Amino acid sequence: MSKIIVITSGKGGVGKTTTSAAFATGLALRGNKTVVIDFDVGLRNLDLVMGCERRVVYDFINVINGEANLNQALIKDKRVENLFILPASQTRNKDALTLKGVARILEELKKDFDYIICDSPAGIEHGAIMAMYFADEALIVTNPEVSSVRDSDRIIGMLSSKTRRAMQKMPAIKEHLLITRYEEKRVNKGEMLSIKDVQEILAISLLGVIPESLEILKASNSGIPVILNKETDAGQAYLDIVARFLGEEPPQRKKKGFFSRLFGI
Amino acid sequence: MKYKPVLELKGSLLTLMVLNLFNSDNELIAKALAEKISKAPDFFQQVPIVIDLQAVEDNQAVLDLSELVKLLRTYGLTPVAVRGGNIEHNEIALNMNLGILNNIKSPAPQLTLETKVAAVPEIPAAKIIRDPIRSGQQVIAEKGDLIILSAVSHGAEILADRHIHVYGALRGRALAGINGDNKAQIFCQQLYADLLSVAGKYQVNEDFPEDLIGKSTQTYLEQDKLNIKKL
Ligand SMILES: Nc1ncnc2c1ncn2[C@@H]1O[C@H](COP(=O)(O)OP(=O)(O)O)[C@@H](O)[C@H]1O
Ligand SMILES: [Mg+2]
Repeated sequence: MSKIIVITSGKGGVGKTTTSAAFATGLALRGNKTVVIDFDVGLRNLDLVMGCERRVVYDFINVINGEANLNQALIKDKRVENLFILPASQTRNKDALTLKGVARILEELKKDFDYIICDSPAGIEHGAIMAMYFADEALIVTNPEVSSVRDSDRIIGMLSSKTRRAMQKMPAIKEHLLITRYEEKRVNKGEMLSIKDVQEILAISLLGVIPESLEILKASNSGIPVILNKETDAGQAYLDIVARFLGEEPPQRKKKGFFSRLFGI
Repeated sequence: MKYKPVLELKGSLLTLMVLNLFNSDNELIAKALAEKISKAPDFFQQVPIVIDLQAVEDNQAVLDLSELVKLLRTYGLTPVAVRGGNIEHNEIALNMNLGILNNIKSPAPQLTLETKVAAVPEIPAAKIIRDPIRSGQQVIAEKGDLIILSAVSHGAEILADRHIHVYGALRGRALAGINGDNKAQIFCQQLYADLLSVAGKYQVNEDFPEDLIGKSTQTYLEQDKLNIKKL
């Protein structure tokens, strides 16, 4: 059974695209046939982070409009088996995303893929709703600061009211909290919310914590999802998140960092 | 064959708009009425209304009731009865197919039926919500109490005709007694609210006593002033 997972947050710049790339790559590394779709029509940066921007011919909107078929638009990742990218269009706006069009493409992808990852645009408008509408599960990406948490809260409310599962009274979307850009030093200085604070306010289950890391910037700039760099804190944190998502206890980490303490490993 | 009733007559308590007259000068009444209705002409369309003359009973000879009824009708209102008028007024009312209601100051004996009905007021069911109320969401209990079994986020709004109970952290806005019930209260397990209001009297977070933040509290009106107290 294939699963549609939306990576969403409300606020921009919190790490949705970084997470979409890492999470999709991680699922594929574990042998799942995975596609990651860029719903951020007009901006298009998933293909940059995935390092395939020079291979884009057709995009998501072309497929919705029937100007290309899925196989023409899907880009096969060069590094990881089983991984595909469906890029966004840079020349259209988000209104080009129609519910009917998105539904048709997701249905088609479901026949072929185990996981369909939807990288949501920021905001609470049309584009964000299109990305979450058909989701079975959601990764809510939150930075430990007040405005990001507030926006995530708003998005969680929308997941339970503005999506297909909500409207058709199906079982609710499964929600996972992912705290990113976490810096323990700044939490101790009172400049950032603690993991506990964030969890308390959002009241959904925590999938994991990604530390603030320069490696992420390097990874995005070189177009290599950080999860492929297993030696970095951030890469390891994403690997653990994928493992936990697949229902495993993540492996023991040598360095007793904040996340190992947090999960008691 | 089973007997099925064709109809039944039953006492019922209704909310009716009442036009209280405090002056019997026809011109003044017409002017004041025009002013009131021009503010919300649509609101008054087809609205049943009772004309109450009690306040002018000592000096109502000059009041032209039939003109008043006609005037109300031209504004789209539907006068249905007169209350507290003298014999002449009651006769005019009957001639214009209006009912005569008993004066509330001196209830007539036949009112007992109605008072019996009034003794068993309908108690509206409380609205109970299990899930957290998220930022941007609004929940209203238009009648009765609102009971929330989890947290209410910053940026969320909960409103109730009567009391509000939050069995969790209250971080958003909570407005009890939205239809003016000044006996309404707000109870919560942890107070971090953006705003608290009872019957229109409100306080914002900044004004809350600091020692009550995060505490279980009760909020109520005392002599028209909002009071927050530790539970
Ligand atoms: N854990 C992190 N540590 C440091 N920088 C990060 C981290 N996660 C994301 N970033 C950086 O933040 C910026 C925004 O990230 P992005 O994934 O594009 O966010 P979004 O898709 O939510 O707008 C990028 O420059 C990215 O490299
Ligand atoms: Mg993005």
